[in-house]
This record gives sequence, C-alpha cells and structure tokens, in this order.
Amino acid sequence: MHDFFRDHPVEARLSVVLLLMILGLSLGTDTFLTLGNITSLLNNNAVNLIWAVGLLVVLIAGGIDISFAVAASVVQYVAAQVFMGIGGGNWAVGFFVAGLLGIGLGMINALLIHGFRVISIVITIATFNAFFGLLMFFTKGRNIYNLPDWWTDRIFIFERQASDGSWSELNLSVAVMIVCVVATWGLIRLTTLGRQLYAFGDNPEGARRAGVNIWQMQIVAFGWCGMMAGIGGLMQVNIAQEVVPNALYGRELDVLAAVVLGGARLGGGRGTVLGCILGVMFVAITQNGLNLLGISPFAFQMIIGAAILLAISSSNLSFGRPPRGAIAVAKVGTT
Amino acid sequence: MSLRDKLNTAVGAETLPLLVFLGLVFLAFSFATPLFLTGANLRSMAFQMPVLGLLTLAMLVPILSGGLNLAIIFQANISGLALAWVLIQFGGPDAGLGAFVLGAALAILAGAASGAVMGVVVAYVGAHPILVSLAMMIFLRGLGEFLTRGGDISGFPEYMNVLGHGSVMGVPVPMIVFLVAALMWHIMLRQSRHGFSVYMIGSNIQASEYSGLHTRRTLVLIYAISGVICAVAGILMAARFNSVRVGHGEALLLVTVLACFLGGIDPFGGFGRVLPVVLALIILQALSSGLNLIGANQHLSTAVWGLFLIGVMALRWVGERWRDKRRRGT
Repeated sequence: MHDFFRDHPVEARLSVVLLLMILGLSLGTDTFLTLGNITSLLNNNAVNLIWAVGLLVVLIAGGIDISFAVAASVVQYVAAQVFMGIGGGNWAVGFFVAGLLGIGLGMINALLIHGFRVISIVITIATFNAFFGLLMFFTKGRNIYNLPDWWTDRIFIFERQASDGSWSELNLSVAVMIVCVVATWGLIRLTTLGRQLYAFGDNPEGARRAGVNIWQMQIVAFGWCGMMAGIGGLMQVNIAQEVVPNALYGRELDVLAAVVLGGARLGGGRGTVLGCILGVMFVAITQNGLNLLGISPFAFQMIIGAAILLAISSSNLSFGRPPRGAIAVAKVGTT
Repeated sequence: MSLRDKLNTAVGAETLPLLVFLGLVFLAFSFATPLFLTGANLRSMAFQMPVLGLLTLAMLVPILSGGLNLAIIFQANISGLALAWVLIQFGGPDAGLGAFVLGAALAILAGAASGAVMGVVVAYVGAHPILVSLAMMIFLRGLGEFLTRGGDISGFPEYMNVLGHGSVMGVPVPMIVFLVAALMWHIMLRQSRHGFSVYMIGSNIQASEYSGLHTRRTLVLIYAISGVICAVAGILMAARFNSVRVGHGEALLLVTVLACFLGGIDPFGGFGRVLPVVLALIILQALSSGLNLIGANQHLSTAVWGLFLIGVMALRWVGERWRDKRRRGT
C-alpha cells in the first residue's frame, strides 16, 4: 500500500478524493448508492473511457491526439455507408470495419507525424480540421437514421428489476469498455511494445539509440488510439441510435482533461490505465453528484472546471519535482 | 549577406514563402472568379478577419513561451458577457457612451483576471499550460452557460455598430483595431524587456531563470496580456454580432493554433514573429472567402485549412531536404 502511494502519487490521491466523494454522496443522498444510479453511471461513461484509454497510449508515447473524437464521427459515417453497401452486416463485421477504419485514420496521423517530422499537436490539429470539414462537407451536416437493426438494437449484458419496479441494466458498451480497458492494460503493461512505448515517450532519442523502432512506436500509439476511437464511435451509435456528424465535436478536450487529470503526463513516459479510469470517474461522479444534489445543470461545467483546476494545482504543489523543473518539461508534447 | 538573407533577418524566414503563397492564392481565386478581386469582397474579408486575428494574437505569445492557451474563446465570451451585463444595467440600447467605457473596462478586467489566474497556476504550481488552460476553458464555458442559461444577450446601443461595421477612410474599424494590436504585439515582442523574456522562456526556461530573468512574473504577465486581447476580441464580437452568446466562435479555437503554426511559430516555443502570422491569417481568410465565392460551403474551407497546414509542413520538409542535399553537394 505504501508503495502504491509512493509510486503513483496522482492515482493514490485521486483514489482518496474519489472515496471521500463516494462516501459523502452515499451519506448525503439516498439515490447515489443505488444499483440504478451506478449502472447508468457506467453506461453513460463507457464510450468516454474507451476513448480515454486510446488517448492514454498516445500520451504515454509522448504525443497528443486532438483528432480522435472527430475521427470517431468519420468512422461512424463511413461505417454506416459500408454496412448499407454490404446490405446489413452484424456485430462482428461492425467491430472489424469500425476498428479498421479507426486504425486507418490513426495511421494517417502517424504517417504525417513520422514522415514530415512534425510534432503531433500540429498534425492532429490539421487532421482535426481536415476530417471535420470533409465530413461536414460530404454529409452536409445531415443525420443518418436508417441504420442496420443490429446496430441500434439495445443489448443488455445485465438486467435486474428492483423491488420498486425500476429496472437497472448495463448495456453492451460497458462490456466493450471492459474489453478495451483490459486490452490496453495488457498492451502497455505486459508486452515489450508497451515497455518501449514508455521508454520512447520518456526520451525519444534515448529509446532510438537503444534500438526502439520509432516508426513502429508512432504506428502503435496512433493506430491504437484510432482503433479505440472507431470502436467508441460504434458504441456511441448503439447508444444514441443515430449518426450525427457534429455530435462528438468538442468531446476530445473533455476526454483529454480527464486522462491528464488521471496522471498521464503531457510530454510522455507516464500514465496508467488505473489513473485513466480514476480521471474519467472523477469527472463522471462530480457531475452525477451535482445532479443528485439538485444543483442547476448549468453550473456543472463550471464546478467541474474549477475542480480540475484545484486538482491540478494541489497535485502539483507538494508531490514530485519542484515547480521550476516542472515547467521545463511542461512543453507541448514531444513526438 | 545577400538581399534575401537581410530580408530574412529583418522580417523572419517564414515571410517570403508565405508572401508567395498569398500571391498564389490571390492569383488562383482571381482567375477562378471575377468576384474575388472586387472591393466588396476585400472589404468583407477585412471585416471577417479581425476577430480570428485578435484571438490568434492571444494564442501567439503563450505558444512562444512554450505553452498554449486553450481558454481564449471563452475568455473572450466571458469578457463580452461582462460588457453586455454593464450595458443592460444602463438600459440596453439606451446605454450611454460612459456605460460602454465602463463595460469595456470590466471586460478587459475579466479577461486579464482569468488569464492571470492561469498564469499563476502555470508559473507557481508548475502545471502544464495545456491542462491549466483546458480546465479554465471548461470553467469559463460553464460559468457563461450558468450566467446566461445557454441563451444569448442582445440589444446593444446604436453606436456600437461603428465598432463592428463602420469604416474610417474606407478601412473597416475592426481591421484597424486588429492592425494596431498586431503592431503593438510586434513592438512588445521585439523591443520590450517582456518580449525578450518571452523568447528566452520559450527557448529554455531553466537557463532564463538562472540568468536572472523573473520567469514566473513573466509567465503571469504572458497569460494576463493574452486575456486582455481576448477581451478586446470579445468586445469586437459583441459589436459585430450585436449579441453575446457563450458558444460564439467556438470553432475558432483550433484555427488560431493552426494560424500560429502556419506562421512559422515553433510549437516548442522560443521562435516566431508576428508578421508571418498576420500573413498566415490573410491566407486563411482568402482561402475561406474564395471558396465561398466559388460556391463551396463553409465546411470545405475548414477542411482546406487543415489540408493547407499539412501541405505547408510537407513543403517545409521538402525544402529542408533540398537544402541538406545542396549543402552536402557543395
């Protein structure tokens, strides 16, 4: 336990804060600690967490990806066209197509970043504009409703009726989220590739001299992020029941905030799946708690923003390096 | 030293290629449509560009210092709200000039304060500027939505039209505001002590600290000044749209970063000038207006902006390779 606090200060602090919040909300409201609330929390945040673990891999490798949420929209639209083209399809085809399209879009980022030796924020901002502009141009901003049945059917992996008759259930996206989280954990913790990602993110030149294949690192990081973006996009359609070209616009910054809050460093080399989960949970539970406490929904964002600002201020103050050095590494992410 | 080298040291190495680009874009569109090189089109370009331009100036200095300010749009919106609130207090459309001055002062104060808070957290806590400004962005967006309940505030006095739509001797007033700001930015960066500190911090903050620069104070000042120019953009937006809404201009955030990178600002900080960024802005505006005139929709210009940045990166890479080869050859 002591090691956990020493080795993962951000995760440890976040866990403590979260536990206190959960405790407070359980005592303060009688609706927080109900099965219905917890399952809806999971359902509502599954897609965010899928994207978050994808982004985590890019951040560990020292990059940053602004384009993934827009890429997910592109995947949704193109996948819908593909499914219509082949006359239906099923979930297996769905995951395959969405994953592949996502990897393809991630590959475009990786190719441009590696090919032209430009840092990732520049390229992903460029591809963000290119993807979004082209998507809006080709869709003319119209929604797609006539999707295959399998895609929009509700699938529950868990259902239970409480004694008062209300249903609580977990939908498919939660199962997919668990698979994505475990797979990402396996990738960065269990494989050599994962160790190389950390090494590359921490010190690209050092990793290169140690024999790490730089090109491979970019492909893995951005390909993985793209795949998660695509799968998240597929699940988002299952929840929303329609494809709206600009629905995901702007989500990237919220997910980024949650991931970095969970201890992933902009600049690379640090970040854990656990921190990622805690970061997403922190934002989700804050929002959920405010809702249950009956605070105006218009105030949510304000309070969450202030909470993040406070969290980063406090988590940087007493732990880790002195501030002076921190600014030196606090440069826009390296590639 | 050849003439080209002299020019490069005087105005920046990015200026010449961008001027060539600008010329090409103008040439291509004036062939594509006779409407492009008309006074009306140029005037409408000059009315549209300044808001993006001012926001880009707000983004420019934080990037030069090795950071980023993602909160600019909502700093501008909150400042606009402050102005709108004062004007409404003094009777909306009937508010006098004094009310406007007071409102503008409050707007600038709001911008500066929100910027200074970010600067303090970046400088004294050592948190990453992207994260700090992201949190500030979420906070300000929430604050704005909380105050306006997601709606917009309109009904401003008649004379504010001059600021948004008027011209002096044929030059649009917003353009004059932008050009004055850009000139001030140029002087601040190249002539003032603060500007020198900005470049030094962007190059190597530790070395600057050890050589006696007050890096923390400079960082606070950088973000505070960024907030002030956001407030000016917010006031201009209120005058142009005759309303204030929290979502106004949200899509411009990443375009400002794009304009900075297009203008040759080093993403790691330390290098870059104002003039090439102004040229990049004109190019982006010309692309957008030109595509609009030949009948493409506005989203296509968003795509073209992104593709254009990729193209410039590609050309820069080709240029470097070519120079390398030539150096090795001789």
